[in-house]
Amino acid sequence: MDDSRSFETYEAEPAPAPLDDIMQKIAEHKGCGTSGGSGKASCGSGASENDMPAEIWEKVKNHPCYSEEAHHHYARMHVAVAPACNIQCNYCNRKYDCANESRPGVVSEKLSPEQAAKKVLAVASAIPQMTVLGIAGPGDPLANPGKTFKTFELIAEAAPDIKLCLSTNGLALPDHVETIKKFNVDHVTITINMTNPDIGAEIYPWVFWKHKRVTGKEAAKILTDRQLQGLEMLTANGILCKVNSVMIPGINDDHLVTVNREVKSRGAFLHNIMPLISSPEHGTVFGLNGQRGPSAQELKALQDSCEGEMNMMRHCRQCRADAVGLLGEDRSAEFTTEKIMEMEVDYDLSARQAYQEKVEEERQAKVAARNAELETLAGENVELKILVAVATKGSGRINEHFGHADEFQIYELSSGGAKFVGHRRVDLYCQGGYGEEDALETVIRAINDCTAVFVAKIGHCPKEDLLKAGIEPVDQYAYEFIEQSAIAYFKDYLAKIKSGEITHVTRGDATIRQGAFVSVDA
Amino acid sequence: MTYKIVASQCTSCSACEAECPNVAISEKNGTFVINPKKCTECIGYFDVPQCVAVCPVDNTCVIDNSYPRYQAGA
Ligand code: SF4
Ligand code: SF4
Ligand code: SF4
Repeated sequence: MDDSRSFETYEAEPAPAPLDDIMQKIAEHKGCGTSGGSGKASCGSGASENDMPAEIWEKVKNHPCYSEEAHHHYARMHVAVAPACNIQCNYCNRKYDCANESRPGVVSEKLSPEQAAKKVLAVASAIPQMTVLGIAGPGDPLANPGKTFKTFELIAEAAPDIKLCLSTNGLALPDHVETIKKFNVDHVTITINMTNPDIGAEIYPWVFWKHKRVTGKEAAKILTDRQLQGLEMLTANGILCKVNSVMIPGINDDHLVTVNREVKSRGAFLHNIMPLISSPEHGTVFGLNGQRGPSAQELKALQDSCEGEMNMMRHCRQCRADAVGLLGEDRSAEFTTEKIMEMEVDYDLSARQAYQEKVEEERQAKVAARNAELETLAGENVELKILVAVATKGSGRINEHFGHADEFQIYELSSGGAKFVGHRRVDLYCQGGYGEEDALETVIRAINDCTAVFVAKIGHCPKEDLLKAGIEPVDQYAYEFIEQSAIAYFKDYLAKIKSGEITHVTRGDATIRQGAFVSVDA
Repeated sequence: MTYKIVASQCTSCSACEAECPNVAISEKNGTFVINPKKCTECIGYFDVPQCVAVCPVDNTCVIDNSYPRYQAGA
């Protein structure tokens, strides 16, 4: 692979043209048009190749959930084949999807295993960087073992290159580890919110266990025992395991440090602490009793304090059970049951591989660009850290207009470089009839802890308002790599402080958006 | 008697269907229904009606008083 050459190409070209070429070829080959998504690919930071054993790197390198770096390049999809659940959580209202993973307040389109398999092939053909299929709900996949494993079986047959994963509350997990292994499911996520039944009793009103409804502490004890047993069994079988925890201020926030220790000692690969999403209109217990979610600062502080020998996931988008696309984007509207049943699908493995090779090339180019820029930062040794927000469509580039962004990615800049630390959703449509002014306020609240916001383009008015709020709008790095640009910006920032041109101001806290994500551009 | 499902409350999650020992529950036009001819109130199988215990929405699987009480062995 010739890094320097591809790097030059990319520098000169705003849009990653080689990917578009391949997309075009695939499209011609198939004789069907491709919509949207011009060359989605590129890269990030997080744990990378040199930080882990080769066989694990092979498993995670193109899994958007397990590798932050991969999440800029590769897409995943969920199929909603599992409606039933075997426990009740206070942050979930079963009229909607399971809130373990999916955003509450959203109803996924339920599919049969056969429909799901067809959908996977259709998506895999249209989005060649779709590498992962997950079953996350809308209930608990292992409370629907027949449908879940039938789906895996059909997909493994038709599209053997797609990685399979599932998310579960863990109650039924120990009973299914053998089957999980048999179907080569190599990634499992367990949602573990507590290991202490006293705390569990405040989160779970009941579990359905051995043909009875069990409540209170007893229920939480059964659940935690089963979760930890399942985790140990997965680890023993070499299946990578991610643990999700919902941070519920005042209930399990301090306790999650203990949970982190417990799951780490049992071999969990990744810990993903996500904010509680709760508002009265979801009709959940927490929504109705006014239980608040954490602020951006609280969430980051907890994630930072758990970060040690274990990887922390900060790029989880708490996707819905029928999400399709890169994390942070949702293309599910392009693949409704009605549409996919009409599609003629021709699964072309070699075209997918060719595309993914290109993705790898661009990813390497990006790492090289970042490392080169990082060298120029060597010698700078300051305590100072700042956060910046980035408007991106997912190519690892600053390639989104300020006003079009559904979310901003947050990077922490320090003399150590640029580190992805989270994302803030600002999708405004579903909040219902907000005018321009309010929309801008929402964005400012969401990125209020940032010193600057990097965009491809921004209008005059929002620019002024951002400046007033103390956030510098930066469009000089339009279409360039995020990390490389961020490091360059940080260098300038330090130089300006030294020369006395600016003074560093500590930023305040920011708000985590509570509404449900709804894709509107159907 | 038999159990019935209050259609307006049912989320169609299908959890009850798999738990019923008598295969009395099935999906009809998007919601789930109990066949009164098959439901035994779980008598002879479990201590509590399974559909009631597993249903995520309280008071959705309820006694249907329009049928006589189920007689074990009848
Ligand atoms: S919910 Fe989280 S873990 Fe699942 S696909 Fe989305 S980002 Fe990945
Ligand atoms: S009470 Fe028992 S037998 Fe009757 S429908 Fe419910 S689960 Fe089936
Ligand atoms: S468990 Fe309750 S909500 Fe779910 S299908 Fe049965 S009756 Fe409907």
